[in-house]
Amino acid sequence: MYDVTVIGCGVIGAGIAYELSHYALSVAVVEKENDVACGTTKANSAIVHAGYDPEPGTKMARLNVEGSNMMEGLCKKLNVFYKRAGSLVIAFDNSDMDILKELLERGKQNGVKNLSILTKEQTLEIEPGLSHEIVGSLYAPTAAIIDPWGLCIAMAQSAVLNGANLFLNSPVEKITDEGGFYRIKAGNNVIETKYIVNAAGTFADKINNMVAKPFFRILPVKGEYYILDKSEGSLVSHTIFQTPGKFGKGVLISPTVHGNLIVGPTADAAEGPEDTSVTAQGLENVMKTALRSDTHVNFRESIRNFAGVRATADTRSDFIIGASPDAPRFVNAAAIKSPGLSSSPAIAKEVRSILESIGLVCEEKDFFTDYRRETLFKLMTAEEKEKALKRNPLYGRVICRCETITEGDIRSVLNGPIPPVSIDGVKRRCNAGMGRCQGGFCGPRVHEILSRERKVPMEEIVQDRADSYLLTGETKMGRMEK
Amino acid sequence: MKNYDVVVIGAGPAGLAAACEAYQNGAQKILVVERDKEPGGILNQCIHNGFGLHYFKEELTGPEYAGRFEDMLKKTDAELMLDTMVLQISNDRQVTMMNPRQGCFTVQAGAVVLAMGCRERTRGAIGIPGTRPSGILTAGAAQRYINVEGYMVGKRVLILGSGDIGLIMARRLTLEGAKVLACVELMPYCNGLNRNIVQCLNDYNIPLYLSHTITEIKGKRRVEGATVSEVDENRKPIPGTEKYFDCDTILLSVGLIPENELSRNAGIKIDPRTKGPVVYENMETSIPGVFASGNVLHVHDLVDFVTAESQHAGAAAAEYCKQKTEGKAGSEPCIKMVCGSDIGYTVPQYIRPERIDKSVDVFFRVRRNFSTSSLDVTSGGQKLISYPRGHMAPGEMEHITLPKQLLSKAAGGAITISAKEVQK
Repeated sequence: MYDVTVIGCGVIGAGIAYELSHYALSVAVVEKENDVACGTTKANSAIVHAGYDPEPGTKMARLNVEGSNMMEGLCKKLNVFYKRAGSLVIAFDNSDMDILKELLERGKQNGVKNLSILTKEQTLEIEPGLSHEIVGSLYAPTAAIIDPWGLCIAMAQSAVLNGANLFLNSPVEKITDEGGFYRIKAGNNVIETKYIVNAAGTFADKINNMVAKPFFRILPVKGEYYILDKSEGSLVSHTIFQTPGKFGKGVLISPTVHGNLIVGPTADAAEGPEDTSVTAQGLENVMKTALRSDTHVNFRESIRNFAGVRATADTRSDFIIGASPDAPRFVNAAAIKSPGLSSSPAIAKEVRSILESIGLVCEEKDFFTDYRRETLFKLMTAEEKEKALKRNPLYGRVICRCETITEGDIRSVLNGPIPPVSIDGVKRRCNAGMGRCQGGFCGPRVHEILSRERKVPMEEIVQDRADSYLLTGETKMGRMEK
Repeated sequence: MKNYDVVVIGAGPAGLAAACEAYQNGAQKILVVERDKEPGGILNQCIHNGFGLHYFKEELTGPEYAGRFEDMLKKTDAELMLDTMVLQISNDRQVTMMNPRQGCFTVQAGAVVLAMGCRERTRGAIGIPGTRPSGILTAGAAQRYINVEGYMVGKRVLILGSGDIGLIMARRLTLEGAKVLACVELMPYCNGLNRNIVQCLNDYNIPLYLSHTITEIKGKRRVEGATVSEVDENRKPIPGTEKYFDCDTILLSVGLIPENELSRNAGIKIDPRTKGPVVYENMETSIPGVFASGNVLHVHDLVDFVTAESQHAGAAAAEYCKQKTEGKAGSEPCIKMVCGSDIGYTVPQYIRPERIDKSVDVFFRVRRNFSTSSLDVTSGGQKLISYPRGHMAPGEMEHITLPKQLLSKAAGGAITISAKEVQK
């Protein structure tokens, strides 16, 4: 019998599991995919918003600012890529400027520090590449860029290291109230638990409805993006937003913590909770809109397009975080769209205190160890490199040329608390395959290492999710033993 | 720090030929650095024949062709260092590299030959709409899986792009029992060699759709199908022309990009047209003593030409070490090669006439198909020479040989090459 079961292991579920694993509780996490961080967490703008966007007084406003304040320390602790790059919301005319002033006021009310309105000249001084059509900007120095899946994986790995049980490949099919506890049928597992936290992202309405009265629907909204090569990564040094208006939030241009440039998103109704397809129209819109902000964005250097799905609810614009009014010991952390990633550490604390308020006893553990992600070989100091090479000579073998990721880096993530089972799982943990050739060279090599180290036949290794198989068997001559 | 006369980066066909030739030209201490566990580069996975027709006057497979140069290299005193990745080249030719045996270390090179080859363009570079399931891979990655690892990558295959590797893989997959449904090319012409269209598509009844592209990929986890549409003259899909292909695999053969991360970081000037270093007549880059040849310089279609170019670079690197060519830099006359109508690029981009013995070969590609045509060499509006040509296509590299005396007629330090149609 678990004290708490968290459904969904994106950045919200992982954050909650991480938080709860600090306490003397038995915690389960169920995830339908073969890895954590497989949904919205891996496909978003990778931004920690400062917190001037949400309506003052909302949960979103409070949790965004709290989360943003917590993020730097958390990332430092877990060795997750994070950089306080700051953000600029640029205005193209006076009505945009009026909106910026509103955002400034909102930000102040929400408790965002050091916001200021910059003139055109001041803006161009810190971002000289921007369009000269701009008239000014709102500067938020506390905004940051982050590795979103890195954060999720680090929190989930820490939770597992500190006793949480993670059930992968376990889609929740049925939840029954057994009077005093719940029984969850998830894939091949039956899990009994006193409390449930619903962090199922774009499936959160379905999970709620298994236990409680339906009171919201997730109407997923799709955002399409471009990732540009590192050669374009320093085009801007801040996250550049356009003034939100009748056409939505507009398209952002931002450096990423990995050194690339991210451009997007669109905001169109998705065809389902997992509709992550990109469209010709969507990509064209991103391109056109972004070029308004900065005419130098070189889309010829695109290395990847992707789309993410945001869990927007039909009934309200705020996050849905709270104990269910009709199902006992059931807490929703639902409708976590943007700024969900930014709010995630604060949401975790909030959910823990809600659980306490409905009877969960949380006693802090005497002993807790964070699982720090190992620093990539290429980022080590000369001294660390020498030590690493002595410890494991495989740090001397570069597998991913574009990102200079070594076999030592890959072996290291394969030995983590949540070892990756797919090529993309390796990519999310150590960046192999993230570069300009998109795994063209290193894919087959990572494939081989995964197969060898996990002692799984090559044919059973997948690209990403379960059934995303890569090989259909041997050739007529078959495999040659080397 | 260890000293070498010539350090060659890459032991593919370019690196092997450059190293052998540097040795023949008197370089004593030669180091060839290869990131893979064996020399040969991409030739190791090119098990089809057709290599060496020009150079050896016989038809070899890729591994055989590479093998000949590996044997040649063994007969020299050159040192071949495998499983070693070069991380950095400084502008005074210090080369930093790493491997599991020695860790990270730096050597001093008298001259450097860049022979890192190229990589394939990916889906992300061309932005194909749809989902992102498994089963979408570059033709080269598929070739490696099939020919080196011994695994099949799919059963029903659609090929996007008509580059040579894609065409070769159409045949290879068919022979291995897969069904290749079609080869789809965005441009109105094929990007591969004519012989490959005949031998790899026509012989197996694989349709080639020119002026077509994939407009949607379907499949949540593995590719389940793809929609192909015809495109107009602006390469935009024409609504109503959609065809659906029930495939589980999509191979991309949509272009090759010279791999110049090291060159860029070293500060070597890159030609945006070739995406390779800008070079002089002897394959010397903008950094004196650093040479480049093979696919790192510009993408070739025949390895024989890679060999010839690399021998040129290797010899020049050896010469440079002997200091025979020093002391003139900057002051010496230099002719710029200009791309006239329908010429995509030239290699070399600059020619120093004083360094030419009798003549210089200039390589380039035309931008479109030509039937009966001519290549005109002009300078200052004056026609210097004209070369008659028959059929020319972007998929087939062209070259002309400019005699030294012609270079003296260059006005204003520039020579222009243009292609034009000729009435029969």
